[in-house]
Amino acid sequence: MILLKKLSKIRNHNGKSAIGLLVPATLILAGAAFVLIGIERGEVGIVLRKAINICLECIGIG
Amino acid sequence: MANLFAAAGTRIRLLVQLGFTAATNSYVKGFADGRIYTGPLKSACVPGLSCYSCPGALGSCPVGALQAVLASRNYSFSFYLTGFFLMVGAAFGRFVCGWLCPFGLVQDLLHKIPLGRKIRAVKGDRYLRLLKYGILLGFVILLPLFVVDFVGQGEPWFCKWICPSGTLMAGWPLVLLNNGIRQAAGFLFVWKSLILIVLIVLSIFLYRPFCKYLCPLGAIYGLFNPIALYRFRIDQGKCTNCNACQRACKMNIQVRKNPNSMECIRCGDCISACRPKALARR
Repeated sequence: MILLKKLSKIRNHNGKSAIGLLVPATLILAGAAFVLIGIERGEVGIVLRKAINICLECIGIG
Repeated sequence: MANLFAAAGTRIRLLVQLGFTAATNSYVKGFADGRIYTGPLKSACVPGLSCYSCPGALGSCPVGALQAVLASRNYSFSFYLTGFFLMVGAAFGRFVCGWLCPFGLVQDLLHKIPLGRKIRAVKGDRYLRLLKYGILLGFVILLPLFVVDFVGQGEPWFCKWICPSGTLMAGWPLVLLNNGIRQAAGFLFVWKSLILIVLIVLSIFLYRPFCKYLCPLGAIYGLFNPIALYRFRIDQGKCTNCNACQRACKMNIQVRKNPNSMECIRCGDCISACRPKALARR
Protein backbone atom coordinates (compact mmCIF):
# COMPACT_ATOMS: atom_id res chain seq x y z
CA MET A 1 0.00 0.00 0.00
CA ILE A 2 2.85 2.38 0.90
CA LEU A 3 4.43 1.53 -2.44
CA LEU A 4 1.16 2.33 -4.23
CA LYS A 5 0.87 5.64 -2.40
CA LYS A 6 4.43 6.55 -3.41
CA LEU A 7 3.76 5.46 -6.98
CA SER A 8 0.64 7.63 -7.16
CA LYS A 9 2.71 10.68 -6.21
CA ILE A 10 5.31 10.16 -8.94
CA ARG A 11 4.56 12.39 -11.94
CA ASN A 12 5.75 12.06 -15.53
CA HIS A 13 6.83 15.01 -17.66
CA ASN A 14 3.19 15.94 -18.41
CA GLY A 15 2.44 16.20 -14.70
CA LYS A 16 0.20 13.11 -14.87
CA SER A 17 0.41 10.26 -12.36
CA ALA A 18 2.92 7.59 -13.27
CA ILE A 19 0.32 4.97 -12.41
CA GLY A 20 -1.76 6.09 -15.38
CA LEU A 21 -3.69 3.28 -16.98
CA LEU A 22 -1.13 0.54 -16.65
CA VAL A 23 -1.63 -0.49 -13.01
CA PRO A 24 -5.46 -0.46 -12.95
CA ALA A 25 -5.68 -2.09 -16.38
CA THR A 26 -3.32 -4.88 -15.28
CA LEU A 27 -5.33 -5.40 -12.10
CA ILE A 28 -8.59 -5.54 -14.04
CA LEU A 29 -7.16 -8.14 -16.40
CA ALA A 30 -5.76 -10.14 -13.49
CA GLY A 31 -9.17 -9.87 -11.82
CA ALA A 32 -10.90 -11.21 -14.93
CA ALA A 33 -8.47 -14.14 -14.99
CA PHE A 34 -9.13 -14.82 -11.29
CA VAL A 35 -12.89 -14.78 -11.88
CA LEU A 36 -12.50 -17.35 -14.67
CA ILE A 37 -10.32 -19.55 -12.44
CA GLY A 38 -12.94 -19.23 -9.69
CA ILE A 39 -15.70 -20.30 -12.07
CA GLU A 40 -13.57 -23.22 -13.27
CA ARG A 41 -12.96 -24.32 -9.65
CA GLY A 42 -16.70 -24.37 -8.95
CA GLU A 43 -16.82 -21.47 -6.49
CA VAL A 44 -19.87 -20.05 -8.25
CA GLY A 45 -21.88 -23.10 -7.19
CA ILE A 46 -21.22 -22.29 -3.54
CA VAL A 47 -22.15 -18.64 -4.04
CA LEU A 48 -25.37 -19.59 -5.84
CA ARG A 49 -26.31 -22.26 -3.26
CA LYS A 50 -25.84 -19.73 -0.44
CA ALA A 51 -27.71 -16.97 -2.28
CA ILE A 52 -30.82 -18.89 -3.35
CA ASN A 53 -31.54 -20.13 0.16
CA ILE A 54 -32.59 -17.64 2.82
CA CYS A 55 -29.40 -16.83 4.73
CA LEU A 56 -30.44 -17.33 8.35
CA GLU A 57 -27.28 -15.66 9.64
CA CYS A 58 -27.95 -12.56 7.52
CA ILE A 59 -31.45 -12.09 8.90
CA GLY A 60 -30.36 -12.84 12.46
CA ILE A 61 -31.77 -16.30 13.09
CA GLY A 62 -29.13 -18.98 12.58
CA MET B 1 -23.33 29.28 -9.03
CA ALA B 2 -21.12 26.83 -7.15
CA ASN B 3 -24.07 26.02 -4.90
CA LEU B 4 -26.18 25.34 -7.98
CA PHE B 5 -23.61 22.87 -9.34
CA ALA B 6 -23.35 21.20 -5.93
CA ALA B 7 -27.14 20.80 -5.73
CA ALA B 8 -27.32 19.38 -9.27
CA GLY B 9 -24.46 16.96 -8.53
CA THR B 10 -26.11 15.75 -5.33
CA ARG B 11 -29.41 15.24 -7.13
CA ILE B 12 -27.79 13.23 -9.94
CA ARG B 13 -25.99 11.05 -7.41
CA LEU B 14 -29.22 10.47 -5.49
CA LEU B 15 -30.99 9.44 -8.70
CA VAL B 16 -28.19 7.00 -9.58
CA GLN B 17 -28.27 5.55 -6.05
CA LEU B 18 -32.05 5.13 -6.12
CA GLY B 19 -32.00 3.70 -9.65
CA PHE B 20 -29.25 1.18 -8.95
CA THR B 21 -30.78 0.05 -5.66
CA ALA B 22 -34.19 -0.36 -7.30
CA ALA B 23 -32.76 -2.20 -10.31
CA THR B 24 -30.75 -4.69 -8.25
CA ASN B 25 -33.62 -5.28 -5.82
CA SER B 26 -36.49 -5.42 -8.26
CA TYR B 27 -37.88 -8.91 -7.60
CA VAL B 28 -41.28 -7.57 -6.55
CA LYS B 29 -42.80 -11.05 -6.17
CA GLY B 30 -40.39 -11.67 -3.29
CA PHE B 31 -41.84 -8.77 -1.32
CA ALA B 32 -45.37 -9.93 -2.07
CA ASP B 33 -44.77 -13.55 -0.99
CA GLY B 34 -42.16 -13.06 1.74
CA ARG B 35 -39.69 -15.21 -0.23
CA ILE B 36 -36.44 -14.61 -2.14
CA TYR B 37 -35.43 -14.86 -5.80
CA THR B 38 -33.82 -18.22 -6.58
CA GLY B 39 -32.78 -17.77 -10.23
CA PRO B 40 -29.35 -18.03 -11.87
CA LEU B 41 -28.63 -14.28 -11.65
CA LYS B 42 -27.73 -14.87 -8.02
CA SER B 43 -24.41 -16.45 -9.08
CA ALA B 44 -23.23 -12.94 -9.91
CA CYS B 45 -22.35 -10.35 -7.30
CA VAL B 46 -23.56 -6.76 -7.19
CA PRO B 47 -20.83 -4.23 -6.32
CA GLY B 48 -22.39 -2.80 -3.13
CA LEU B 49 -23.34 -4.22 0.26
CA SER B 50 -26.69 -5.59 -0.88
CA CYS B 51 -27.95 -8.63 1.04
CA TYR B 52 -28.83 -11.65 -1.10
CA SER B 53 -31.61 -12.57 1.29
CA CYS B 54 -33.46 -9.35 0.61
CA PRO B 55 -36.81 -10.44 -0.91
CA GLY B 56 -36.13 -8.20 -3.92
CA ALA B 57 -32.44 -9.05 -4.47
CA LEU B 58 -31.47 -10.27 -7.94
CA GLY B 59 -27.73 -10.64 -7.27
CA SER B 60 -25.39 -11.69 -4.48
CA CYS B 61 -23.62 -9.63 -1.84
CA PRO B 62 -19.84 -9.85 -2.45
CA VAL B 63 -19.00 -9.85 1.28
CA GLY B 64 -21.54 -12.59 1.99
CA ALA B 65 -20.32 -14.57 -1.03
CA LEU B 66 -16.68 -14.28 0.08
CA GLN B 67 -17.55 -15.63 3.53
CA ALA B 68 -19.63 -18.43 1.99
CA VAL B 69 -16.67 -19.62 -0.11
CA LEU B 70 -14.10 -19.25 2.70
CA ALA B 71 -16.37 -20.99 5.21
CA SER B 72 -16.96 -23.95 2.88
CA ARG B 73 -15.00 -27.16 3.33
CA ASN B 74 -13.54 -27.12 -0.17
CA TYR B 75 -11.78 -23.76 -0.45
CA SER B 76 -9.44 -21.65 1.66
CA PHE B 77 -9.09 -18.91 -0.99
CA SER B 78 -11.66 -17.45 -3.35
CA PHE B 79 -10.39 -16.68 -6.84
CA TYR B 80 -13.92 -15.73 -7.89
CA LEU B 81 -14.38 -13.03 -5.25
CA THR B 82 -10.76 -11.84 -5.25
CA GLY B 83 -11.07 -11.39 -9.01
CA PHE B 84 -14.36 -9.56 -8.57
CA PHE B 85 -12.81 -7.15 -6.03
CA LEU B 86 -9.77 -6.61 -8.27
CA MET B 87 -11.93 -5.73 -11.26
CA VAL B 88 -14.44 -3.48 -9.50
CA GLY B 89 -11.83 -1.93 -7.20
CA ALA B 90 -9.28 -1.19 -9.91
CA ALA B 91 -11.95 0.36 -12.12
CA PHE B 92 -14.00 2.36 -9.60
CA GLY B 93 -12.46 2.24 -6.10
CA ARG B 94 -14.93 3.58 -3.53
CA PHE B 95 -17.10 5.17 -6.23
CA VAL B 96 -19.24 2.09 -5.49
CA CYS B 97 -19.77 3.32 -1.90
CA GLY B 98 -20.81 6.79 -2.94
CA TRP B 99 -22.97 5.96 -5.91
CA LEU B 100 -24.08 2.30 -5.97
CA CYS B 101 -24.35 0.93 -2.43
CA PRO B 102 -27.94 0.58 -1.07
CA PHE B 103 -26.84 0.90 2.55
CA GLY B 104 -24.86 4.02 1.66
CA LEU B 105 -28.06 5.44 0.18
CA VAL B 106 -29.96 4.69 3.38
CA GLN B 107 -27.34 6.52 5.45
CA ASP B 108 -27.33 9.47 3.01
CA LEU B 109 -31.10 9.82 3.32
CA LEU B 110 -30.99 9.58 7.12
CA HIS B 111 -28.36 12.33 7.25
CA LYS B 112 -30.68 14.63 5.33
CA ILE B 113 -33.18 14.59 8.22
CA PRO B 114 -32.98 18.10 9.70
CA LEU B 115 -32.68 17.01 13.30
CA GLY B 116 -30.19 18.33 15.87
CA ARG B 117 -26.66 19.50 15.16
CA LYS B 118 -24.67 17.56 12.57
CA ILE B 119 -21.38 16.15 13.90
CA ARG B 120 -18.37 16.40 11.63
CA ALA B 121 -16.21 13.85 13.45
CA VAL B 122 -16.29 11.89 16.69
CA LYS B 123 -13.45 11.66 19.18
CA GLY B 124 -10.88 9.12 18.06
CA ASP B 125 -12.21 9.29 14.49
CA ARG B 126 -8.79 8.52 13.03
CA TYR B 127 -8.47 5.30 15.01
CA LEU B 128 -12.11 4.28 14.70
CA ARG B 129 -11.67 4.28 10.92
CA LEU B 130 -9.18 1.43 11.32
CA LEU B 131 -11.95 -0.76 12.79
CA LYS B 132 -13.23 -1.67 9.34
CA TYR B 133 -9.88 -3.27 8.43
CA GLY B 134 -10.03 -5.33 11.63
CA ILE B 135 -13.58 -6.41 10.77
CA LEU B 136 -12.50 -7.35 7.24
CA LEU B 137 -9.58 -9.42 8.49
CA GLY B 138 -11.31 -10.96 11.51
CA PHE B 139 -15.01 -11.34 10.75
CA VAL B 140 -14.90 -11.71 6.96
CA ILE B 141 -11.70 -13.70 6.40
CA LEU B 142 -10.12 -15.37 9.45
CA LEU B 143 -13.13 -16.45 11.54
CA PRO B 144 -15.08 -18.02 8.62
CA LEU B 145 -11.87 -19.71 7.48
CA PHE B 146 -10.63 -21.14 10.79
CA VAL B 147 -13.57 -21.47 13.20
CA VAL B 148 -15.21 -24.57 11.73
CA ASP B 149 -17.44 -27.38 12.96
CA PHE B 150 -16.60 -31.10 12.96
CA VAL B 151 -17.19 -31.42 9.21
CA GLY B 152 -15.03 -28.40 8.43
CA GLN B 153 -17.86 -25.96 7.74
CA GLY B 154 -17.48 -22.39 8.99
CA GLU B 155 -19.96 -19.53 9.38
CA PRO B 156 -20.37 -16.07 7.83
CA TRP B 157 -19.36 -14.18 10.99
CA PHE B 158 -19.80 -10.68 9.63
CA CYS B 159 -23.28 -11.45 8.28
CA LYS B 160 -24.27 -13.20 11.48
CA TRP B 161 -23.02 -10.76 14.11
CA ILE B 162 -22.65 -7.34 12.48
CA CYS B 163 -24.11 -6.67 9.03
CA PRO B 164 -26.84 -4.00 9.42
CA SER B 165 -27.56 -4.12 5.69
CA GLY B 166 -28.70 -7.74 6.07
CA THR B 167 -30.93 -6.81 8.99
CA LEU B 168 -32.49 -3.90 7.13
CA MET B 169 -32.82 -5.44 3.67
CA ALA B 170 -33.55 -9.05 4.64
CA GLY B 171 -34.11 -9.49 8.39
CA TRP B 172 -36.80 -6.90 9.00
CA PRO B 173 -38.77 -7.50 5.75
CA LEU B 174 -38.72 -11.29 6.11
CA VAL B 175 -39.64 -11.24 9.79
CA LEU B 176 -42.51 -8.95 8.85
CA LEU B 177 -43.66 -10.95 5.82
CA ASN B 178 -42.90 -14.57 6.72
CA ASN B 179 -44.66 -16.16 9.68
CA GLY B 180 -42.20 -19.05 10.04
CA ILE B 181 -39.21 -16.72 10.17
CA ARG B 182 -40.99 -14.43 12.62
CA GLN B 183 -41.45 -17.32 15.04
CA ALA B 184 -37.78 -18.33 14.78
CA ALA B 185 -36.40 -14.85 15.54
CA GLY B 186 -34.61 -14.67 18.88
CA PHE B 187 -31.55 -13.18 20.61
CA LEU B 188 -29.47 -12.83 17.44
CA PHE B 189 -32.24 -10.95 15.67
CA VAL B 190 -32.57 -8.56 18.62
CA TRP B 191 -28.76 -8.05 18.71
CA LYS B 192 -28.58 -7.29 14.99
CA SER B 193 -31.62 -5.04 15.18
CA LEU B 194 -29.94 -3.10 18.00
CA ILE B 195 -26.82 -2.55 15.85
CA LEU B 196 -29.02 -1.34 13.01
CA ILE B 197 -31.04 1.00 15.24
CA VAL B 198 -27.86 2.53 16.71
CA LEU B 199 -26.51 3.11 13.19
CA ILE B 200 -29.81 4.59 12.01
CA VAL B 201 -29.85 7.10 14.88
CA LEU B 202 -26.14 7.86 14.49
CA SER B 203 -26.51 8.41 10.73
CA ILE B 204 -28.89 11.30 11.36
CA PHE B 205 -26.16 13.25 13.14
CA LEU B 206 -22.93 11.82 11.73
CA TYR B 207 -22.40 11.27 8.00
CA ARG B 208 -22.17 7.56 7.05
CA PRO B 209 -20.89 6.08 10.33
CA PHE B 210 -21.06 2.53 8.98
CA CYS B 211 -18.99 3.39 5.89
CA LYS B 212 -16.44 5.31 7.94
CA TYR B 213 -15.89 2.82 10.74
CA LEU B 214 -17.33 -0.62 10.07
CA CYS B 215 -17.80 -1.57 6.42
CA PRO B 216 -15.40 -4.31 5.24
CA LEU B 217 -16.44 -3.76 1.61
CA GLY B 218 -15.45 -0.09 1.84
CA ALA B 219 -12.16 -1.22 3.37
CA ILE B 220 -11.49 -3.41 0.32
CA TYR B 221 -12.48 -0.82 -2.30
CA GLY B 222 -10.61 1.91 -0.39
CA LEU B 223 -7.33 0.08 -0.96
CA PHE B 224 -7.82 0.71 -4.68
CA ASN B 225 -8.69 4.42 -4.44
CA PRO B 226 -5.10 5.68 -5.01
CA ILE B 227 -4.67 3.62 -8.18
CA ALA B 228 -8.15 3.08 -9.63
CA LEU B 229 -9.07 4.20 -13.14
CA TYR B 230 -11.60 6.58 -11.57
CA ARG B 231 -9.47 9.05 -9.64
CA PHE B 232 -9.47 12.71 -8.66
CA ARG B 233 -6.62 15.09 -9.37
CA ILE B 234 -5.74 18.58 -8.25
CA ASP B 235 -4.28 21.17 -10.58
CA GLN B 236 -1.92 22.89 -8.15
CA GLY B 237 -1.61 25.83 -10.54
CA LYS B 238 -5.33 26.60 -10.21
CA CYS B 239 -5.71 25.77 -6.50
CA THR B 240 -6.07 28.88 -4.37
CA ASN B 241 -5.87 26.99 -1.04
CA CYS B 242 -9.33 28.24 -0.11
CA ASN B 243 -10.18 24.91 1.57
CA ALA B 244 -13.70 24.90 0.10
CA CYS B 245 -13.16 21.25 -0.89
CA GLN B 246 -12.35 20.22 2.65
CA ARG B 247 -15.31 22.10 4.08
CA ALA B 248 -17.61 20.39 1.55
CA CYS B 249 -16.30 16.90 2.32
CA LYS B 250 -18.72 15.09 4.63
CA MET B 251 -16.29 12.16 4.96
CA ASN B 252 -13.93 14.69 6.58
CA ILE B 253 -10.96 14.04 4.29
CA GLN B 254 -8.07 16.42 3.73
CA VAL B 255 -8.91 16.67 0.04
CA ARG B 256 -6.12 19.06 -0.95
CA LYS B 257 -3.50 16.89 0.67
CA ASN B 258 -4.83 13.57 -0.58
CA PRO B 259 -7.63 13.68 -3.19
CA ASN B 260 -7.40 9.91 -3.61
CA SER B 261 -7.66 9.04 0.08
CA MET B 262 -8.76 5.51 0.94
CA GLU B 263 -11.65 7.10 2.86
CA CYS B 264 -13.04 9.03 -0.13
CA ILE B 265 -16.39 7.69 -1.39
CA ARG B 266 -16.19 9.77 -4.59
CA CYS B 267 -19.42 11.66 -3.92
CA GLY B 268 -17.96 14.61 -5.82
CA ASP B 269 -19.05 17.29 -3.35
CA CYS B 270 -15.46 18.63 -3.29
CA ILE B 271 -15.42 19.00 -7.09
CA SER B 272 -18.74 20.86 -7.05
CA ALA B 273 -17.44 23.16 -4.30
CA CYS B 274 -14.17 24.01 -6.09
CA ARG B 275 -14.73 27.40 -7.72
CA PRO B 276 -11.37 27.69 -9.54
CA LYS B 277 -12.01 24.18 -10.98
CA ALA B 278 -8.70 22.95 -9.63
CA LEU B 279 -10.23 19.60 -8.65
CA ALA B 280 -11.36 17.25 -11.39
CA ARG B 281 -12.09 13.66 -12.21
CA ARG B 282 -9.17 12.08 -13.95
